Amino acid sequence: MPDGQTLQVGFETQGQNVIVSPQGEIGYSEATVFRTWLRKAHDSKSPRIIVDLAKVDYMNTPGVATLVESLQISKRNKTRLILCGMNEKVFAIFKIARLDTVFEICPTLTDANAKP
Amino acid sequence: MTSPDDMKGAHVRMELLSSPIYTSGARDFVQAVTRRLGFAELDCNQIALAVDEALCNIMRHGYENKPDQPIWLAVWPVEAAGEANGIQIVIEDLARQIEPAMIKGRELHDVKPGGLGVHVIKEVMDKVTYEKRPEGGMRLTMIKHQRPAPADGSVQDRCEGGKGCHA
Repeated sequence: MPDGQTLQVGFETQGQNVIVSPQGEIGYSEATVFRTWLRKAHDSKSPRIIVDLAKVDYMNTPGVATLVESLQISKRNKTRLILCGMNEKVFAIFKIARLDTVFEICPTLTDANAKP
Repeated sequence: MTSPDDMKGAHVRMELLSSPIYTSGARDFVQAVTRRLGFAELDCNQIALAVDEALCNIMRHGYENKPDQPIWLAVWPVEAAGEANGIQIVIEDLARQIEPAMIKGRELHDVKPGGLGVHVIKEVMDKVTYEKRPEGGMRLTMIKHQRPAPADGSVQDRCEGGKGCHA
C-alpha cells in the first residue's frame, strides 16, 4: 500500500544558517520524512537552523512533535532553531499546544534571516 | 465489515481503513460538513484537526500502525430548540481497549514530543468521551457547539456555504 505522503523538503545552507523548507502537509505520514531532514540540519552543525513553514498548508501534532524533538536537539547542541512563515491554521496548533511561546517564531523568512 | 449498530441513526457514516492515506479525506469531509452547518472558519479547521488527531491516535496507538483495520466515523447535527447548533462526531474502532481514564494529554509545561493529540482534542471540542465498546475496540464521542454570533452582527469569520472560506 502506498504511504500517501506528499511532502517535499528544500534544504539550503546560507552562511551560518541552514534553511529547511517543507512544502505540503505535515501529518502522521509525513512526520518521519520531516524528522529525517531536521536531523540532517542538526548534523550539519550549523549554529542556526531556520524552518520556513510558508509552504506548509497543514500540520497536526505528529508534525509539531518533530519540531519539539528538533528544539530539544538544538538546546542540547547549543544551536538555535527558528520557525517562520506559518499560516494561521498551522500557528493555531502551536497556540493550542501552548508551544507558541516555547519556539522562536518569526513572521517571514526575511525576518528570521535578519534576527541577530 | 458492517458499521456499528449505534451509528445507525447518524446523518453521515464513513468507514475507512487505518491507513494515514485516508485521514486527509476524513478531515476534508468533516470540514465541509461543519462549514455547511454554519460553524466559524476557525472552528471548522479545529474540529477537522480534532478528527485528524483522533484518527492518528487510533492508527498509531490502537492499531499499532497496521494499515488495514476498520475505523468508523459518524456525524450528527446537534439541535437545540429545533435548530442545529452543533455537531456530534463519533469514531469507533476494533483496536485494543484501554481504560478511558488512562487517556490523558500530557502536561503542557513538560515540553517534549508526543502526547499532544489528546490535549488538542480536549481543547478544541466542548465534550469528549472515551468508552470501551462492549463488542471490542473503543468509542470516542466528541461534541462541539457553535459559538453565539457576535453582538455587532458581524459574520466575517463565519462560512456561508463555503463562500469566502479558505481550507
